[in-house]
Amino acid sequence: MNRVNNYWKTNLKYLVILLIIWFTVSFGFGILLADSLNKIQMGGFKLGFWFAQQGAIYVFVILIFVYIYLMNRLDQKFKNQK
Amino acid sequence: MELQYWIWIAVGLSFTLYITIAIITRASSTGEFYIAGKGVPPIANGMATAADWMSAASFISMAGIISFNGYDGSVYLMGWTGGYVLLALLLAPYLRKFGKFTVPDFIGDRYYSNVARGVAVFCALIVSFTYIAGQMRGVGVVFSRYLEVDITTGVLIGMLIVLFYAVLGGMKGITYTQVAQYCVLIFAFMLPAIFISLMVTGNVIPQIGFGSAGSDGVYLLDKLDGLHRELGFHEYTSGKKSTLDVFFITAALMVGTAGLPHVIVRFFTVKKVSDARKSAGWALLFIAILYTTAPAVAVFSRTNLIETVSNKAHASLPQWFEKWEATGLISYEDKNQDGLVQYVADPQINELKVDADIMVLANPEIADLPNWIIAIMAAGALAAALSTAAGLLLVISSSVSHDLIKKMIKPDVSEKEELIAARLSAVGAVMLAAYFGINPPGFVAATVALAFGLAAASFFPAIVMGIFSKKMNKEGAVAGMVVGILLMLFYMTKFKFGWFGGGSEKDWWFGISPEGFGSFAMLVNFVVSITISKFTPAPDSDIQKLVENIRKPDDD
Repeated sequence: MNRVNNYWKTNLKYLVILLIIWFTVSFGFGILLADSLNKIQMGGFKLGFWFAQQGAIYVFVILIFVYIYLMNRLDQKFKNQK
Repeated sequence: MELQYWIWIAVGLSFTLYITIAIITRASSTGEFYIAGKGVPPIANGMATAADWMSAASFISMAGIISFNGYDGSVYLMGWTGGYVLLALLLAPYLRKFGKFTVPDFIGDRYYSNVARGVAVFCALIVSFTYIAGQMRGVGVVFSRYLEVDITTGVLIGMLIVLFYAVLGGMKGITYTQVAQYCVLIFAFMLPAIFISLMVTGNVIPQIGFGSAGSDGVYLLDKLDGLHRELGFHEYTSGKKSTLDVFFITAALMVGTAGLPHVIVRFFTVKKVSDARKSAGWALLFIAILYTTAPAVAVFSRTNLIETVSNKAHASLPQWFEKWEATGLISYEDKNQDGLVQYVADPQINELKVDADIMVLANPEIADLPNWIIAIMAAGALAAALSTAAGLLLVISSSVSHDLIKKMIKPDVSEKEELIAARLSAVGAVMLAAYFGINPPGFVAATVALAFGLAAASFFPAIVMGIFSKKMNKEGAVAGMVVGILLMLFYMTKFKFGWFGGGSEKDWWFGISPEGFGSFAMLVNFVVSITISKFTPAPDSDIQKLVENIRKPDDD
């Protein structure tokens, strides 16, 4: 039972961390902080605008692949404990 | 060669491909009909999900909408991609582990009641019908624009094609046609985008191109902001919607995406739980290719439009302008009789009206690309509309044959009869959708965007709490779904159709638009569910075991 509990708790920990990043790049950088970030210029992009129309989407893709990696590792560990 | 011939060749070839795939992969059991026999590889499922997801609106209208709204268009970009993170992390793996056929299956079993199942079926049908009517209309519009037939004929041709491969192939057939449709549509979208990026900025990659400088050394976005200020429009890189409303709309679209039954059911079709996560990753990657290109196309075509028409003599405009004027998508009225085009924000002085769709449709001509590329774009737009319609059709037919007939009305129905029922309900659904496509009720355009609000307000909380809380019971979930969807329906009909006394923008609750209200209704759903579950008995130990089981990895 302990083994199952640990698996679930680790999963929840990953979820919380990844969802905080998800929220920060989109709702944070892309919306709530967009006006202040727009004062920073990155090449031809204002940073807040870039996050809202490009950056957030790239981070979303990366987040899912990181989760796939973490869970495959966790699944393996869980299997080995058996 | 004439453009019309190229278009018939491209469309004819792509349709032959889809029908051939449907015949090869036709479904022979209910398992294959509903969920492709759980045998779809993750990459293929990712492509199918992407095609299922990206509709005619994503393909044709989205870049144009962003083009006219600038920063405010970001709600669609983040909203329609961010939902996949929620899907991959909070829903897809667990629903796959649960391993049944439909979303109402999960709600009905997890909340151990046919009332919950019935409410879920009702929500699935409302969401899918509002969405599919818009798709059939889209099919008709695309046909009529490219093939020069009237919209009714267009809808009927589209209906026959979808009918053929969805009814014959079921989920298995649809999945593999969607893989082909994804390839067609992404090629058709990217090719002109790359050419235009090269033309405007000298950079092959549109995503980088729109952040670089044009031939005059000025950053493209700075130039566009400047043009907008000059003509009285709001600055392109900052919006005019309130921050709160942008927040709520983005959230409603994200959560709605994660709650749409035709998207969720795609994750039932893979072999194992880890494949469900992988499919979500691939799906978002394939979607992101189009979604990160669209804002670049928006900037290129916006700059191009303003520079080509603003204060130029109408008689000297390029040929594409005249061509699209004939379709009514661009219209020019010389109010001050000076022969020049005044394109400004002030409606009293402005002389030019531009339909948002033109930004993508006219791209190949603006960039002077050969006819065969325009033909491929026609095939791409049709692929986008057909693939989404087929996915929705399947949700409707399985809701009727599986959730209603098999699970509620006649549980002793045989496998063969159920398969016939599934096919018949697909036929019925496509006819109804075609009817709405030909005689669109005024609300279709408004409700497609609101389907997300409905999905967010009903399904998302019930599914998430069903997985992450062992204590959530049927009383709480049913009350939450009913209150959520009714509240959303109330707000949407009040402010969109003027029911319940109607109201204008200043009457919006807390300044939230109907498009963003799904987030609010979702929060209400959560609060109602949790409160009621505290005062009613917790679910049996069987159900709690079921929840424990879906949280564990495969074969354990």
